[in-house]
Amino acid sequence: MKNGRPVFIVDGSRTPFLKARGAPGPLRASDLAVAAGRPLLARQPFAPDAFDEVILGCVMPGPDEANIGRVAALRLGCGKAVPAWTVQRNCASGMQAVDSAARNIAAGNGELVLAGGVEAMSHAPVLFSKDMVAWLGAWNGARDFLTRLRLLGRLRPAQLRPVIGLLRGLTDPVAGLSMGQTAENLAYRFHIDRAAMDAFAVRSHQRLASATDEGRLEEMETIYTSDGRFFDHDDGLRRDSGADKLATLKPVFDRGFGNVTAGNSAQITDGGAWLILASEEAVKRHDLPVLARITDSQWAGLDPAQMGLGPVHASTPLLQRAGLALADVDFWEINEAFAAQVLACLAAWQDPDYCRDELGLDAAFGALDPERLNVDGGAISLGHPVGCSGARIILHLAHVLKRNDARRGIATLCIGGGQGGAVLLERP
Amino acid sequence: MADTSNKTPKPGAAKNKGVKKSAKKAAPRKPKASVEKQPSAGSDTKSAAAEAGNTATETSKPPQALRHWRIETDDDNIAWLHFDHAGGSTNVLSGQVLEALDEVLAELEQLAPRGMILVSDKRNGFVAGADIKEFTTLSNIDEATVLVRRGQSVFDRLAALPFPTVAVVHGFALGGGMELALACRHRVVEDDPATQLGLPEVKLGVHPGFGGTVRLPRLVGAPAAMDMMLSGRSVRARPAARTGLADHCVPRRHLKEAARELVLKAPPAPRAHGWPAWLNHRLARPIFARYLERQLAKKAPRGHYPAPWAILNLWKDHFDDPQRQMTREAESFARQVLGSTAQNLVRVFFLQDRLKGLGKIPRGEPRPRFEHVHVIGGGVMGGDIAAWCALKGMRVSVQDTQPQALARVLQRAHGLFRKQLHDPRAVQAAMDRLMPDATGDGLAGADVVIEAIFEDLAAKQELFRAIEPRVRSDALLASNTSSIPIEQLAQALKEPSRLVGLHFFNPVAKMQLVEIVAGTQSGERERLHAAAFGRGIGRLPLPVNSRPGFLVNRVLMPYLMEAAILAGEGVNLSSIDKAATDFGMPMGPIQLADTVGLDICLHVGEILAAELGGEVPAALRTKVDAGDLGLKSGKGFYAYRGRDPVRGSDKAAAPKDLADRLLLRLLNESVACLRESVVADPDLLDAGIVFGTGFAPFRGGPMNHIRQLGVATVRDKLERMAASHGERFAPDPGWSSLKL
Repeated sequence: MKNGRPVFIVDGSRTPFLKARGAPGPLRASDLAVAAGRPLLARQPFAPDAFDEVILGCVMPGPDEANIGRVAALRLGCGKAVPAWTVQRNCASGMQAVDSAARNIAAGNGELVLAGGVEAMSHAPVLFSKDMVAWLGAWNGARDFLTRLRLLGRLRPAQLRPVIGLLRGLTDPVAGLSMGQTAENLAYRFHIDRAAMDAFAVRSHQRLASATDEGRLEEMETIYTSDGRFFDHDDGLRRDSGADKLATLKPVFDRGFGNVTAGNSAQITDGGAWLILASEEAVKRHDLPVLARITDSQWAGLDPAQMGLGPVHASTPLLQRAGLALADVDFWEINEAFAAQVLACLAAWQDPDYCRDELGLDAAFGALDPERLNVDGGAISLGHPVGCSGARIILHLAHVLKRNDARRGIATLCIGGGQGGAVLLERP
Repeated sequence: MADTSNKTPKPGAAKNKGVKKSAKKAAPRKPKASVEKQPSAGSDTKSAAAEAGNTATETSKPPQALRHWRIETDDDNIAWLHFDHAGGSTNVLSGQVLEALDEVLAELEQLAPRGMILVSDKRNGFVAGADIKEFTTLSNIDEATVLVRRGQSVFDRLAALPFPTVAVVHGFALGGGMELALACRHRVVEDDPATQLGLPEVKLGVHPGFGGTVRLPRLVGAPAAMDMMLSGRSVRARPAARTGLADHCVPRRHLKEAARELVLKAPPAPRAHGWPAWLNHRLARPIFARYLERQLAKKAPRGHYPAPWAILNLWKDHFDDPQRQMTREAESFARQVLGSTAQNLVRVFFLQDRLKGLGKIPRGEPRPRFEHVHVIGGGVMGGDIAAWCALKGMRVSVQDTQPQALARVLQRAHGLFRKQLHDPRAVQAAMDRLMPDATGDGLAGADVVIEAIFEDLAAKQELFRAIEPRVRSDALLASNTSSIPIEQLAQALKEPSRLVGLHFFNPVAKMQLVEIVAGTQSGERERLHAAAFGRGIGRLPLPVNSRPGFLVNRVLMPYLMEAAILAGEGVNLSSIDKAATDFGMPMGPIQLADTVGLDICLHVGEILAAELGGEVPAALRTKVDAGDLGLKSGKGFYAYRGRDPVRGSDKAAAPKDLADRLLLRLLNESVACLRESVVADPDLLDAGIVFGTGFAPFRGGPMNHIRQLGVATVRDKLERMAASHGERFAPDPGWSSLKL
């Protein structure tokens, strides 16, 4: 890291990403974390209790998963003595976990850390409305039959309407916009039309299809369920997804006149990913292979209504600090929350006004080569288990760098609430 | 129960306290002498019998009363009676212990405390029950009756104490131990998975004899009481509280307080109420008894297992007169305990103990670590072995190249865990311990590697060759082969002495036996560790030599083949099965062959025929050729509807010597195995066949059966059968040197 000791990514794994299909998926968040972590730990030359700490990012752990990092660590057999914690920075929770681990190792506070992200979005809670909760409270407090009868008379059908936790979670609590609406904002600002968004989405699916077929998702572990099923691929992939097909979908966030559809947005998905981060000493002691080095990271804040530009705000200072231009980075992972959002990031860097007004630059920052971006697909085809994606893109970027024997890569994503996070990876 | 953490009893300290508190008896004692007698107290290895031998020479009575039992009186004048058996790590109720208890009770009568609380000072549990060794020393009914009446009178004395009495139960309270708790007015049990209360006497061919048949139905009502006593199943802590067996079910931290409160508040003694109590009524008993008899007839035929029927009758006929029921219980117990069923079942119990002992690492030897098991092969056997090991607390990786196979392994494992573990968290933990492993990542860290792929010498050798460099040098290497000699498999290894056989039986979760197969090349250390591993997963290890079919399949196969020959002769299938179940087999040979799979039977039969001579019946081959493989294909000898065979009538005419034909081949093969030293001695052979096949346990095993029939008688019969039915009945050469 820029300040402190070097930090290495030595290994990692993830579950296949499972698209939410209405009902809760086969695995809860902690189950996903265990399924991803167990084979990873089994192939290490050190015991699971050798970690100095375990850090897990998760936005919405289940009601039985308070401090899900600790739950996962214990279930993975890391032992009672290894401390574990959970981080939450919305869509960047997994990236936050890796960043926190890296910073702790860099500062000398640990040698070996297990860090990752997990999300079971299909298990997001469905809640009672506030009125209903108050009514239930009164019901429980009622001592006699007459009071209860009166309470029954006061119950209105509207009170029974559930609150969908997932929709609330995907709505900015300050700006009052859904995440999709922030993407509509960006599309409007940078003149990104529906056709460009759909074309981007098609390309995401095509890239994931070829990565799956050609075995480039080596970090993926087959997962099994107790009812005798197994999952060995990202099942949100639509091989039949073409531009004409996507064009038939209706906008979901701005009904009527919007352009952001389910087809050019990230999918609602369950998934988990882990990385093992090590200091130089740990690499030597256990003779660990090195995938990549984490050399720097950056967090940034911006207008919540334009949260999708987070990658621009986080990556720019990161590059400036390293004295690099966009083109100096061999491979990029920008999480595909929305096609419009990724395209807006690319547009913003090429927009002199934006670079001057928002980034304080003299001129446009430059162009990012789409051929180096999300080479094996992204959240539009894979899905975006919010707490997990940050960890996934760092892990996958490390594999992409290694496979191509490349030198530098940046994994970055936008964060609901108006933030961006970026991590710089390097290989010797 | 702070006292239970006190693993080794401290007789000296105990003694002093007893002396101090029970002022009355302080005078004529020889503290020095008795303290000197105690050093053996902490020894875990000393058996109850050895201990009994010790005390028999002891003449001075008072110190003896202080052995095993200790009274401490607290500030509320509650007497805490500690039971701490001086002869071992487990509390058992030997004759000596009961005598000592009688004296302690006399002392309590004198003390007249506010109440008495009975606790065990042993870490593992309350009281395990009577000393079963004493069952084998009884010679006649009168002696046995006196012994039981004596115990009953001690327990009656306890039950009659004029102040509240509470038994505090942690761990097991079984048999006599449970009856001891029943003789107290109240029971408090620890809310813990290890807690179990039960009257398992029927499993030894007897029934409760210290008032259990009298007290339990009154306390919990007829349905729960009969279920416990007739099945011998124990109940866990929470169900015990639900049925009224326990007054309180609380975590360890509240055990003492709960017991104290019962003494201080002195509520009336609990007893059954509602419909479970009504079924105890004079008019309801005959009706409910008929229902129970019908159930019982299916599980425990009266002729083979008389004890549960006796329990039923004691309750049905004498419930209204507890005094008479008590007397009858003693008489009936005496009859049962001297009967052949009980004697043989007790024998089997000790055989089981012996097998357990074979899995012990001798003192001083380094203890192997069995924390991580790697199973290769996700078929039914491999998967079930993996699941069983995970159930028993080990981390398990199960390797197979087919994800479908691994998914099925997890599904079956989940079913097993849900059935065996009641807490969903425990199920989750077991699932977390069981890792599907498509790439063999688990190999490198494994303490034990078990190969369970299909039966093919070349494939297995190739596998062992591939994994040897990847496993730890101190890991135990085992094969679950059922038919390939271990020596041949070991040829693939650089270090052949590492390999042993761990032969499990299907279904793994039910069959207690594991054959520990030693090839001539297997090392001593490996044999011992394999046995210790078998014991470590709660199975019974039986050391066998790597002869074809090892022991169990070898002995079972002629019996199955004879059944197939009979079927080929056109004998009614149900009649064949009935002849075997009438003898006491858990399942007839035809149904067993179908369940195992006819292809597997044929395969094993062919291997044995090739190695040992004999031939495979044509009827079996025809079936397999036709694709009728048994239960798994829906049709074998029987056709199947679900898991049940469609049976015809078993009334059809059958050869008179049907049962003999089946059984004698089994007995003859047993003798052959003994001659070839497949196992070390007749007792081990009996143990293997009883636990490996379910061979009528109340007959004590094939060798015991031969002994009871007479060696010469059986041999003569074989010779006659050889003359009439062919050479396959010719007595093995081993008969001439057979000594039983």
